[in-house]
Amino acid sequence: MKFSELWLKELIDHQMSSENLVESFTMAGLEVDGIVPVAREFSGVIVAEVTKVQPHPDADKLSLCEVSDGTHSFQVVCGAPNVKIGMKAPFAKLGARIDIPGEDKPFTIKAAKLRGIESNGMLCSAEELGLEEKSEGLLSLPKYMKVGEDIRKELNLEDKIIELDLTPNRGDCLGMIGLARELGVLTRANVKKYEISPARVEISDELPITISAKDSCPRYLGRVIKNINLNSVSPYWLQEKLRRSGLRSVDPIVDVTNFVLIELGQPMHAFDFGKLIGGIDVRMATDGEKLTLLDGKEIVLNPEVLVIADNEKPVAMAGIMGGLKTAVTDSTRDVYLECAYFAPLAIAGKARLFGMQTDASHRYERGVDYTLQSRAMERATELLLEIVGGTPGPITEAVGNLPKATTVELRFQSVKEVLGIEMDSDEIQDIISRLGFSVIETNKKVLTVEVPPYRFDVSIEVDLIEELARIYGYNNIPETRGVGQQLLSPTIEAQVPLRRIRYQLVALGYQEVVTYAFIDPTLSRVVLGSDGGTIPLQNPISEDMSLMRSSLLPGLISAYQYNSNRQRNRLRLFETGLVFSQSDNEIQQTPMIGGLISGQRNPENWTNKKEVGDFYDIKGDVEVLLSLKGQSMGIRFVAAERSGFHPGQCARIEDMQGNEIGHLGALHPAAAIQLGIESTVYIFELLQAAAELSEIPRATELSKYPEVSRDLAIVIDEFVSSSAILAMVEDKAGEFLVGSRIFDVYQGDAVLKGKKSIALGLTWQHPSRTLSDEEVNAIISSCIKELQEQFNASLRN
Amino acid sequence: MVDTDSLLADALQAIGVAKEEAALDALRVQYLGKKGSFTALLKALGQMPPEKRPAAGEEINAAKTELQSALELRKAALVRASLDAKLSSEKIDITLPGRRQNFGGLHPLSITIDRITDIFQSAGYDVAVGPEIEDDYHNFEALNIPAHHPARAMHDTFYVNPCTVLRTHTSPVQVRVMESGEAPFKMICPGRVYRCDSDLTHTPMFHQVEGLLIDEEVTFADLKGTVVSFLQAFFETDLPVRFRPSYFPFTEPSAEADMGCVACGGRGCRICGNTGWLEVMGCGMVHPKVLEMSNVDTSKYKGFAFGMGVERLAMLRYDVGDLRTYFENDIRFLQQFN
Repeated sequence: MKFSELWLKELIDHQMSSENLVESFTMAGLEVDGIVPVAREFSGVIVAEVTKVQPHPDADKLSLCEVSDGTHSFQVVCGAPNVKIGMKAPFAKLGARIDIPGEDKPFTIKAAKLRGIESNGMLCSAEELGLEEKSEGLLSLPKYMKVGEDIRKELNLEDKIIELDLTPNRGDCLGMIGLARELGVLTRANVKKYEISPARVEISDELPITISAKDSCPRYLGRVIKNINLNSVSPYWLQEKLRRSGLRSVDPIVDVTNFVLIELGQPMHAFDFGKLIGGIDVRMATDGEKLTLLDGKEIVLNPEVLVIADNEKPVAMAGIMGGLKTAVTDSTRDVYLECAYFAPLAIAGKARLFGMQTDASHRYERGVDYTLQSRAMERATELLLEIVGGTPGPITEAVGNLPKATTVELRFQSVKEVLGIEMDSDEIQDIISRLGFSVIETNKKVLTVEVPPYRFDVSIEVDLIEELARIYGYNNIPETRGVGQQLLSPTIEAQVPLRRIRYQLVALGYQEVVTYAFIDPTLSRVVLGSDGGTIPLQNPISEDMSLMRSSLLPGLISAYQYNSNRQRNRLRLFETGLVFSQSDNEIQQTPMIGGLISGQRNPENWTNKKEVGDFYDIKGDVEVLLSLKGQSMGIRFVAAERSGFHPGQCARIEDMQGNEIGHLGALHPAAAIQLGIESTVYIFELLQAAAELSEIPRATELSKYPEVSRDLAIVIDEFVSSSAILAMVEDKAGEFLVGSRIFDVYQGDAVLKGKKSIALGLTWQHPSRTLSDEEVNAIISSCIKELQEQFNASLRN
Repeated sequence: MVDTDSLLADALQAIGVAKEEAALDALRVQYLGKKGSFTALLKALGQMPPEKRPAAGEEINAAKTELQSALELRKAALVRASLDAKLSSEKIDITLPGRRQNFGGLHPLSITIDRITDIFQSAGYDVAVGPEIEDDYHNFEALNIPAHHPARAMHDTFYVNPCTVLRTHTSPVQVRVMESGEAPFKMICPGRVYRCDSDLTHTPMFHQVEGLLIDEEVTFADLKGTVVSFLQAFFETDLPVRFRPSYFPFTEPSAEADMGCVACGGRGCRICGNTGWLEVMGCGMVHPKVLEMSNVDTSKYKGFAFGMGVERLAMLRYDVGDLRTYFENDIRFLQQFN
């Protein structure tokens, strides 16, 4: 809500500086968004009359004018197309100074020659004085203004526009009288009262009003005013008050209803009386009923929408916008004024449903004072008669189910319990009554009050306590630390904290990224294959941010591309977060850990060979991460084929029970080409829950007896997986095997084509005695035998 | 027959020019060995007249002793020289960089969330998380924001379907925690939130940390104390904090907390819009309706909640100028936090 500081001053006696005023509002919860002067800083500009206009002899677009300040006449060259004899306009005399935005020094008006003719001063536009952002031609001043007067005084320019960002609970402050009332409470300044005398009724015309929707429309007032003169224009003060409230002047009828909206916070509407047929019915729309609104948009109504209808058709969306067919036009002679109270719930959200937001709906959905309508009607009538004349009829009032005044009980004890401060009951009562609440009953413990009709945000005890705190001053409440119950939660030791996993990735050289959770469906399709089970947004910001990610990998690949396009070639990235999918209308949200590597294995260094990282680098990193889980949490890597991955370099990661807990591999070369990625990129993704799942370590006694080690080198078919060999040997090697590893893999001239050699290192240890060579040799023999039988392996010489 | 003096002289000269330990060993054998020259001299004593034997014997033994010590000295010198040569040949340029892996780093938003978490955990707050695709009930209804409530306009909501949204704040997690547990509660919830808004000062995804404390005796004064001590702990300075009345449907009374601008010290600058204050947190006493809907006994318990924007705190802490850089993931930006 924008308002003029001077206008507020008309309504309340206060001597506060602008800074103090802003501070008072801000600290009372009415946040000030901005404060700007209504005009630029300038001096030496007066009201002048143009007494003579003739064409400039040497320029088509310039005029040669005589301008009078009441005592002297000045020759001025003017470029404005609207200059004409007899008009009054702002005139910057020689020596006048005008601030120019962005310039350090003000501009000083000097005598100058324009196309050879002397010009002694400047006639000004609204834009040049900073009254409007943009304007055409001279600012034409009202005739009544006195020639020679300082324009700042005549136009009331020592004023500022204050913009409030009001929270939805403070609908009561969406009007000048509400703001004055609030300021009165805050500062104890005197709020001026003014009475409006009812207009003298001169005609008897009225329309019958039916309220069919009694809950939605508790009150509806109508009045006919006949024979108005729409050739008149709104007076300068009215236009200026509207401008300073952020509204443009349109025509006197609109201006007056807008003025009442700003002054009292009461929306109004004017119909062309001649176009209403029969009477008024405030009812719910029927399904499919159509209405073309003032802005030209045709909408299809439904029974959720409250409308104003005449005997034939809906003529307005109640509390939101009037209809075009019954609108006031240039040819309107008789108007029908509407002033109603619509219940907040009847209006709330309806405008947004149709993609609209109007000043009226903004106020109705927050709550308009339901006792204000007749005052607003009289105020509008008074102003209209003054500006456009006409003869008013009587006010017709229809009433639906009017709200009952809310009463709230406040237990004095609650104030201390909620706020932590002692307030005595006198102070409490003083604040409450200043706020307009009337005390119904009070005793030592409880105060019962009635909520004023403009406070829709107060219905229970804490609402009153908030009001007390607000007026008492939030900053006068002490800061305490409280004494709560001591809560000690167990820390789950059988779980690797995510933070440790992230730190381990950092230690492995990975940089954490944070990418948007909504991704480009095209990228998703390229990296992950089909769209099945993905979740699109109904109202995305843009197409390339329209699909909820079902994997962390597309985001990581985007981050990779962003950096590789900036010559960063060795990249290790990771991200943790939720991924989203759905099946059978069930949405799954799963925390994942994802990583990506590309480029050289090691950071460039004078000692290194420039080896490019490969599958085993990322697999090693994944193994390190999974080793955080603890030694006996077995993990298996199984060759797999997966959309988006290189079919020969992709592994599924399984836990001991065979559940998939993640996967890793090289990005499919075809996907890389589609994405314009030239390097090989390796990616992994793990279920966070699986990576976290751990166990509490159990210590066992160490053996005092020596270890026995044997190496075993075999030759097998190249496609036999090393894990199968190792698993078989571990199975055969007996219970005293304490270590097994693959320490060499060889393919080349020394073995037959299609074969490979694998060397295993095995270590045994007995807990309570020394193992004999014979025992170990026997084990080795049985291993070899089994290897020969199962894998057609031969010992390598 | 060779005389002792000339034999000694020859031997000493040979020792003096010997370059290796092996050569010294050979000289020892040649002169002092069982078949060595001095041994031969001693053996030859028998053929001398008896009166000359003692003097000659003494002379030979003295020569042997001298020779022995010359051998040892020379050997020590050779060992020293060879060590010196080894050391000097092994000298390296210790100014060359070490052989190592690069460290990665955490995202500044993670660093900030970790710091916030550490501060609250040290005061006994639990950390809770919740879903990001949230149902309308938890995101709005249970927080006292019924359908069509004007406050919904303050949340530009992303919809997955008409009754499912991307959570617009982390507050639904308090609801979930209260629904599934027993008071008292003391927890924070960090996480991603989403609003359908994208410009210079808004990204459609950002992070919040929500805090909730429900207990038997909790006041607005305690809320103020908690917020102030948190902000002072986070920024490691005794900055001023002020509280303004505000409005959130799920708290009553509600407040915005402003802290003194860290950039200008409250004098007014571009960052604080010349007010000297920075809005950093929304907070308030949890609305009784919210407690009731989550089955918390309001006759016994009440409490406070607060919520802060992680991006904003990180911007102020680390001088990040443009919100959008958080999500561009430019390594050069991210590495500044490593």
